Amino acid sequence: MTDDAIVVEGLEKSYGAVKALCGVDFAAPTGSVLGLLGPNGAGKTTAVRILSTLLDPDGGTARVTGLDVVKDAAALRAQIGLAGQYAAVDENLTGFENLEMVGRLYHLGKSESRTRADELLERFDLTDAAKRPAKTYSGGMRRRLDLAAALVARPPVLFLDEPTTGLDPRSRLAMWETTQYLDEADRLADGIVVIDHGRVIAEGTSDELKNQIGGERIEITLEDPADADAAVTALAPLAEDRPAVEGNIVRAPVRRRHGLIPEIVRSLDDAGASIDDIALQRPTLDDVFLVLTGHAAEEEEAPEKEEVAA
Amino acid sequence: MSSFATTAEDTIVLARRNLKRIPRQPDLLIAYTIQPVMFVLLFVYVFGGAINTGGLDYVDFLMPGIIVQSIAFGGFVTALGLSEDVQKGLIDRFRSLPMSRAAVLLGRTSSDVPLNCLSLVVLLAVGFLAGFNFIGATVGEVALGIFLLLLLGYAFSWIFALVGLYSSTPETANSIGFTAIFPLTFASSIFVPASTMPDGLRQFAEANPFTTIADAVRSLWLDTPANSDVWMAFVWCVVLIAVFAPLAVARYRKVVAK
Repeated sequence: MTDDAIVVEGLEKSYGAVKALCGVDFAAPTGSVLGLLGPNGAGKTTAVRILSTLLDPDGGTARVTGLDVVKDAAALRAQIGLAGQYAAVDENLTGFENLEMVGRLYHLGKSESRTRADELLERFDLTDAAKRPAKTYSGGMRRRLDLAAALVARPPVLFLDEPTTGLDPRSRLAMWETTQYLDEADRLADGIVVIDHGRVIAEGTSDELKNQIGGERIEITLEDPADADAAVTALAPLAEDRPAVEGNIVRAPVRRRHGLIPEIVRSLDDAGASIDDIALQRPTLDDVFLVLTGHAAEEEEAPEKEEVAA
Repeated sequence: MSSFATTAEDTIVLARRNLKRIPRQPDLLIAYTIQPVMFVLLFVYVFGGAINTGGLDYVDFLMPGIIVQSIAFGGFVTALGLSEDVQKGLIDRFRSLPMSRAAVLLGRTSSDVPLNCLSLVVLLAVGFLAGFNFIGATVGEVALGIFLLLLLGYAFSWIFALVGLYSSTPETANSIGFTAIFPLTFASSIFVPASTMPDGLRQFAEANPFTTIADAVRSLWLDTPANSDVWMAFVWCVVLIAVFAPLAVARYRKVVAK
């Protein structure tokens, strides 16, 4: 096995005239979480379907745990777990029966499948509902059952396609202990790949991406809007770009460094501009998204994640 | 594990999964038990007196036919289930697992066999109560008739598999199945002898494989002339499987590769 759990090179896929992926490259080291971000139709789901052997690529190669997704598909399936966009559970089976069936289909054997089903029901807080048909489950419970099913065989590589789609905020909160889609990628992903129109348009850690679009912003609220010109002049040598004024607020991109805030406060004080409030803001992944793709990440565009456990 | 053993094991796991839903969905259980019984009672007691079957008691004429009809429809749960599995993403989960790929369709079609056995038992029981009897049939002929019926059921499971894979929702699958197959069962010798039908319809009914199969079961169970040979009925079943199984497999590959 290589150090990279996932290696994708020049991946291409078309649906008729529509190019879903036009030569995508990325890699995810073993033991890391890679977040795949992009607007609807960017090619995220297509990439996940190819990596999980559901779809053959038209061109390029993809290897997962060193196995080719086309040539070694049969062997690879024993190494992956998949939770797709919809909770793929059999509504007529109980929670236990669903997990036991998946265990049997991973060929874990009867007793191991049962033990594992009980373990996962416990871990996903579904033990009380274990004997009820899944059609009586709430959306959040179904999604948890679906995730449990993806973990049955303790797969080294886990693919989660929009893992929190269809969940109400509270269930989502329960699942990730966070509320924002992009915040999920920010907090969970070691690496992020941004895809748009079937191409990788940026990649790196969350911090790298944020730095790439211009680091941080200082936002100063003045007590008196008449001081704005003086504030701009005082701030200009410290800013990366010309400060912008909006009423009594002055904003400017800055590079974070030790002592920056005291320096700004001193220099505004010297210029005679009184400060009501001052804040240093990191760009959010929303800002990154907006700058890179030219449009905002919509609420339903959850990031897709490829989680590569140990 | 050899690929044959894997396929067999995975098929059994999935067939058991398909069967577990039946007792949990009363409407499906009714479709396999009460509905055929209603049909028997309706035809024997409401229409039976008005139908001339030339010497045979109508209940004797009817039972082989109505069993052919019930068993042909026995596969509708395959259409329903496959359409649901595609819609709800279960097929994707199965395809991402290291299981036999043939098992998804094999598990579906093979789980119809015990269901068809169930409706066969219910129908024969109600038939006997309504006065049906085997006439001049050996145990071997009765068994051969049962085998023919189950083979027919299996052939229709593949037809319904194809229907299910062409349907965007389980409801569509249900209505396509019934609209296409229901009239075909009536334009045959299932309920009335083809010889009593008007020209045009009569020729159609005589060429209808439902007629061939119903007459073959009558020939085996009631010692009546088979009109065409009994082996023709087996040929029809085999031909249906040979045509519809590959079509269903091809359609399955197309549906999942998106």
